[in-house]
Amino acid sequence: MSSTAKITVTVDGDQYIDTVEARTLLVHYLRETIGKVGTVIGCDTSNCGSCTVLMSTADEPARSVKSCSVLAVQADGATVTTVEGLAAPDGSLHPVQRAFHEMHGLQCGYCTPGMIMSAIDLLRENPDPTDEEIRDGLSGNLCRCTGYQNIVRAVRAAAGEEVAP
Amino acid sequence: MTATDEREVGAARRRKEDARLITGRTRWTDNLTVPGLLHMAILRSPFASARIVSVDTSAALSRPNVVAAFSGADVADVQGSLPCAWPVTEDIVHPDRPPLAVDVIRHHGEAVAVVVARDRASAMDALEAIEVDYEPLTPVLDLEEALAEGSTLVHPDKGTNLSYTWVFDSAAAGTGADVGAVDAEVVLERRYVQQRLIPAFMEPRSVIVDPGAGDYTIWSSTQIPHILRVFYALLTGTPEHKIRVIAPDVGGGFGGKLHVTPEELITFMAARRIGRPVKYTETRSETMLAGHHGRDMIQDVRLTARRDGTVTGISVKLIANMGAYLGLVGPGTPILGAFMYNGIYKFAAYRFECTGVFTNTTLTDPYRGAGRPEATYLIERVMDELAVELGLDPIEVRRRNWIKKEEFPFTTVAGLVYDSGDYDAATDKALALLGYDELRKEQELRRASGDPVQLGIGTSTYTEMCGLAPSRILGALRYAAGGWETASVRVLPTGKVEVVTGVSPHGQGHETAWSQIVADELGVAFDDVEVLHGDTRTSHKGLDTYGSRSLAVGGIALVEACRKVRDKARTVAAHMLECSPDDLEFTGGAFRVRGTPDAAKTVADAAFAVFAAHDLPDGIEPTLDADATFDPETFSFPHGTHLCAVEVDTQTGHVAIRKYVAVDDVGKVINPTIVEGQVHGGVAQGIAQALHEEAVYDESGTLVTGSFVEYTPPAAADLPDIVTDRTETPATTHPLGVKGVGEAGTIASTPAVVNAIVDALRPYGVRDVPMPCTPERVWRAIRAVGTETEGGRS
Ligand code: FES
Ligand code: FES
Repeated sequence: MSSTAKITVTVDGDQYIDTVEARTLLVHYLRETIGKVGTVIGCDTSNCGSCTVLMSTADEPARSVKSCSVLAVQADGATVTTVEGLAAPDGSLHPVQRAFHEMHGLQCGYCTPGMIMSAIDLLRENPDPTDEEIRDGLSGNLCRCTGYQNIVRAVRAAAGEEVAP
Repeated sequence: MTATDEREVGAARRRKEDARLITGRTRWTDNLTVPGLLHMAILRSPFASARIVSVDTSAALSRPNVVAAFSGADVADVQGSLPCAWPVTEDIVHPDRPPLAVDVIRHHGEAVAVVVARDRASAMDALEAIEVDYEPLTPVLDLEEALAEGSTLVHPDKGTNLSYTWVFDSAAAGTGADVGAVDAEVVLERRYVQQRLIPAFMEPRSVIVDPGAGDYTIWSSTQIPHILRVFYALLTGTPEHKIRVIAPDVGGGFGGKLHVTPEELITFMAARRIGRPVKYTETRSETMLAGHHGRDMIQDVRLTARRDGTVTGISVKLIANMGAYLGLVGPGTPILGAFMYNGIYKFAAYRFECTGVFTNTTLTDPYRGAGRPEATYLIERVMDELAVELGLDPIEVRRRNWIKKEEFPFTTVAGLVYDSGDYDAATDKALALLGYDELRKEQELRRASGDPVQLGIGTSTYTEMCGLAPSRILGALRYAAGGWETASVRVLPTGKVEVVTGVSPHGQGHETAWSQIVADELGVAFDDVEVLHGDTRTSHKGLDTYGSRSLAVGGIALVEACRKVRDKARTVAAHMLECSPDDLEFTGGAFRVRGTPDAAKTVADAAFAVFAAHDLPDGIEPTLDADATFDPETFSFPHGTHLCAVEVDTQTGHVAIRKYVAVDDVGKVINPTIVEGQVHGGVAQGIAQALHEEAVYDESGTLVTGSFVEYTPPAAADLPDIVTDRTETPATTHPLGVKGVGEAGTIASTPAVVNAIVDALRPYGVRDVPMPCTPERVWRAIRAVGTETEGGRS
């Protein structure tokens, strides 16, 4: 039996204390242990970005990470935001969510949670990106449906709005 | 009661589906769970060809949390054979295809044994404890070698690697002349290769089988829940009414989920053996390895023409790679293209021959466009070759051959009747949007100055057949099922509407488009319509989503069901208004008495009156609902002109798309935003074939592009913005005027891009670059011609 560890993680505003196997990936912890299935898995080589979440540790600001390339134990003490934690308590959408809807930035929607989280991080770093900077900034996220054009439009539309998670 | 006055059809409505997709409240199969759920993992063959000497699962069984483990031998007498629903010829060679390999491995990644455990990780861990003794054999991989005398056989018991040969000849069919008997002042012979592609939908496939007490509930990430249910019944002996199949949210398909998969059957067997629900979700590597692939054929073409540019005939010979087995519709996929090699043109003679061949590779089945991209690629590439041969502009040579607007309906040399189209209008619009003349001038300048970065312009004037399909034609082509589609519309007592559709969306936005249609037909609000799909308990009949059929067939059924409902509501409304139904007109979302428009009743008013049933006209049942099923008489034929301008760096071989223009005519449009999105995504996949993607096997038959590391669907930075526009020539064969859009972009774009690259390189003597046109291949193509010239060869 592999070794286990106790972790404390805040996910979408709620604190969780769990015992996990040392090898458990953050994405599996989110999906299987605490039921945050809004974050999805698209590959097994950390190439697709479907699993992207925002993570911050005590002294670092929230950064996007591929939750399939982080161990759950590495998230001990961290704050994680998934796509499920973006909307306000009254249900009103985050500006990036709204922009994806308005600009038709999704079709099947499988890449969308990861795409939205990456876009939020991109806009945090560069609040007024050019199209080219958007395309480069999203290069870790694959979408098979949209050809990305409307995703770029969506990110551009959200630029300038308050995009902190 | 709110009845909308604005026309919903044609409005750029934002999608209903998005609400759950952008908030993570999605029902992907892998998100679902049921009490007592177990998890399955599959051991797959590392060899392309091998004999299985023995499989021992006993050590796996003793691993922690493991509930069951079994191999093909353990289920050999119950597992049956996976179906091929499209045996295209009477004498097709159709080998058995066991879900779990029993004695022989025929492709890398074939399923060998499974472990079922209490959790996913335990199941995966225990796979390593399964002991398999393989005796590796030499695989057959090359298509032409597979056909050669004395080749190693994929299925030795069949005595051949040739599955079928399917022929269409316009002379024999009476649709045209003999290809050998037409003017041949110019003869062009070319070979093109359609590389193997992987659909690479983003959601890996997943299935849950809950055996209940003999009444099975199955969730699957599939495009075809209805077809899957029929095959579950046929293959497992379970009575059809004891099987409920649900396709919940499905994350893309592109034909890749148009299948009855080994995994679906294996999961079923596991659940039945154990008596508990079992889930299987594949890894991405498994998707790449064992989900079906697409394309993979060699195309030889012979085109004859007069010197004035009139094409007289075309002969096409395909060798199509079936892979190791026949897929659900694999043999028929190239045949879907058979009617499209003549494109939008008026050729006198046409001959088509397709040979399906077995190799030790993953089987091929539909991938977006399925046969039609291959056909369009060939004809649009060779039309450019003819233009060069005759010194004509590629647009001009096409114009001299295409069907003119006033010539519709037009019966093609392949025997199809194209109902409508306007190729001049679409092309003129595209030329203007691209700035064709200016780019040609720039091209001249760059050529003259010997600019190392050359400019090329590629043209693709495509059509395709959508709306699969008239059942009678499918029957004549030996397809096992029909092509009709169905819809049910029920108006609830409060005026809300539930629509049940037999199509099964996985990203296309049907909930939105269907709501728009219903809103207009019944005068209800867009938000008052709920569209139900993908569950055989609510939607017990239907033929699902593929082949750009959903709107072009299912949409018509929907309109017809709405009209039945409206007719009944009219009778009730007339009774309420104490007039004759003939005195009512349906306008502004209500039935109004002609001349007295204030005397009005809505469909919702009628629905409540029917619900109360206190005072209904004689003979009227107290329900307000209707079903309709539509079986098209013919296909629909969207068309368009795609133009691509590329800059090719002749020193590095790097290709940059400078401008891409897509003008599509998909008939009448229900939602322009959705249509544009379909074009964007379709073009992206076509560009990906032209420039980026290829599934590659090494000489041992190992798939070396087995993950997203080696098989790289384009990322955002790899694709250009494209300019889209439309012309609108409604379909004349049904009341909605729509033609279908799901595959158009993919069909059109690949030849536009490659034509542009070759156009850029014409001064270097290049007349083809094999796909994908990577920098290395472009560079080699330039260099190869240079070397040949130096060596004195022509
Ligand atoms: S699942 Fe693909 S990058 Fe994490
Ligand atoms: S919307 Fe389907 S993968 Fe991006």
